[in-house]
Amino acid sequence: MAELIQVFKISRPAHRERLGAFGRREAIWCLLFLSPWILGFLVFTVYPVFSTLVMTFTNYDLVQSEPVRFVGLDNYRNLIADPRLGASLVVTLKYALLAIPVGLAVPLALALLMNARNLRARKFFYTLFYMPYIIPVVSTLFIWRGILNPQSGWVNMALKALGVNEYLLPQWTTSTTWVYPALVLMSLWGIGQNMLIMLAGLQGVPTSLYEAARVDGAGPFQTFWHVTLPMVSPVIFMNLILGVISIFQFFVPALILWPPGNGDPGGSTFFFNLYLYHQFFTYHDMAYGATLAWLMFLIIMAVTAILWWTQKYWVYYAGERQE
Amino acid sequence: MNPPSRNSSSFVLVRHSRKLLAASSLTLFAFMLLSAFLSPFLYMLATAVKTPQQFTTDGAPIWPAKEATYTYEGEELTIYQVPTAEGMQEWALFKPGRDESQFIDPDNPGAGPVQWTGAWRTLEKIWRFDPVFENFLYAWEAVDFPKVFSNTFIVAALGMLGTTISCTLVAYGFARFRLPGKNILFILLMSTVFLPGMITLAPKYVVYQKLGWIGTWAPLIVPHFFANAWNVFLLRQYFLTLPREIDEAAMVDGAGPLRTLLAVVLPQSWAAVLVVMIGHFVWAWNDFFEPLLYLGNKTDLYVISVAIQKFNNQFENQPHFIQATSLLGLILPLTLFFLAQRYFMQGIVITGVEK
Repeated sequence: MAELIQVFKISRPAHRERLGAFGRREAIWCLLFLSPWILGFLVFTVYPVFSTLVMTFTNYDLVQSEPVRFVGLDNYRNLIADPRLGASLVVTLKYALLAIPVGLAVPLALALLMNARNLRARKFFYTLFYMPYIIPVVSTLFIWRGILNPQSGWVNMALKALGVNEYLLPQWTTSTTWVYPALVLMSLWGIGQNMLIMLAGLQGVPTSLYEAARVDGAGPFQTFWHVTLPMVSPVIFMNLILGVISIFQFFVPALILWPPGNGDPGGSTFFFNLYLYHQFFTYHDMAYGATLAWLMFLIIMAVTAILWWTQKYWVYYAGERQE
Repeated sequence: MNPPSRNSSSFVLVRHSRKLLAASSLTLFAFMLLSAFLSPFLYMLATAVKTPQQFTTDGAPIWPAKEATYTYEGEELTIYQVPTAEGMQEWALFKPGRDESQFIDPDNPGAGPVQWTGAWRTLEKIWRFDPVFENFLYAWEAVDFPKVFSNTFIVAALGMLGTTISCTLVAYGFARFRLPGKNILFILLMSTVFLPGMITLAPKYVVYQKLGWIGTWAPLIVPHFFANAWNVFLLRQYFLTLPREIDEAAMVDGAGPLRTLLAVVLPQSWAAVLVVMIGHFVWAWNDFFEPLLYLGNKTDLYVISVAIQKFNNQFENQPHFIQATSLLGLILPLTLFFLAQRYFMQGIVITGVEK
């Protein structure tokens, strides 16, 4: 999966090829093969992205209560005075600060366990740890809402059996604080893919490096810190980027569990994209919704760009020249 | 100098058993972790076959059970564990009272009511294992699963057809042919992975609306005929591992590019194509947001995720129905997974192949 990053590292074209008669035929065939995607890219990506951008300067709404006209920067001015925008950004940020580290650390820890030399029945374990990944999100959410039910759920029953005071039991699905760990717990059923990606990364570390570390007298922790972690850092980086992008777009579980998505309990699940969704399909304000969508796109791009820039400090690409 | 042989053999034995200990304790730890990780499935199974009374009764066990009863003179009496002088008895409560109650001994009903001194509320009920499979029947009919299943199947299968055909063609184009600027096209393709869905949603919705596609399956199927980044990437990576010579041999034999793909490359690539097919099918089966958005209020077109969610939110206080529908929703992806786990988990291996 870290190979995806390599795609973006092709900086200069290899060499300009002159097309002969044969080459021209080849190029035409190539275009023919690529045509489904080129067409789809224009229709489903290029057109909508620019169309959304144009919308942000208009008063376009879905039911077209008034004629469409350009309104300049009105939508952008509204952003500043919108209290729900700030609130929804805070909600998203709170969730992201919990979900992103957990979404990296848990799959990595599981992959380390799966890769441990002393583990027996390895395939049995990683198959079953992966398995919930393919369960429909609707089923996953309702199962977890049940097991996290503050009164009848097994989690709180287990905590009670362990001696946790009845009044201190987490109110997973009804408290404005506990709902974030609850959502993160629910997301753990989706870590299978990332675990496998990390596992593949771990298995790609040459054993000679571990032997060298042992010869140098490195302990298990030092080996992990100085050998394993740098060697899988491209995979971690890739998962970090994709995780940030998907978590900034997180909102569907809030819509499934607390319809029609008012952000229950108490506004704590009023994610940025849930607000965006309501602007589009509840208030039919496509123009303001489009402005919010672009705002989110810019935020994601900025965060991705910053992370991309930090690569040189912590991501190690083996086989690449060090400068 | 060699150490005495007596010592070295016991040394080997110690090392061996230490290794065995490490292996078994680590495996045990993994097993406990896995049990906790999968325990929600057990919760789902147990809850799906409970009676509604069990949720409101104090002291009800976590497994599906019914209070044991005994019918005496046409009346259904609850059986309790009653401590008596002759040890613990299982008696049916006949006439409850504050300090004294009358019980019937089910083994000896002819003896009539037996007087017992003590507070009956402190007594424990007897629970018998009693799964109620009728919950599934009810959920099956209330959600109209036969229709929902076939709806989802059609949407998933047609989308699968589209994505398989289009992604194979596009991936072959990227893997095998020379075209000026092809790398830039590939970078453009792969950057759509990073594009948030919301940025394209509004115009797409407006276009679908103008085409009259809202309230139909078209928005869930048609876009898949135009390829997507992940599947093209996966297939391209796979095609790159096939030796170019097989294409060239076919070309020399006079086969055109399309024929080469179909007759020579595809037969070598079933593993990767199956990964794409199964991956899409399960993705479409599990997808919630797009069907919710595009099907609108056309309940007869609902796919499984939307139907389950609508049903479950009407039955918020009926956990047994909620868990029964959750189980019905995951049964097909889960079966597919256990039949073809290899193809679910292979995607990572293929995309990881060195170029």
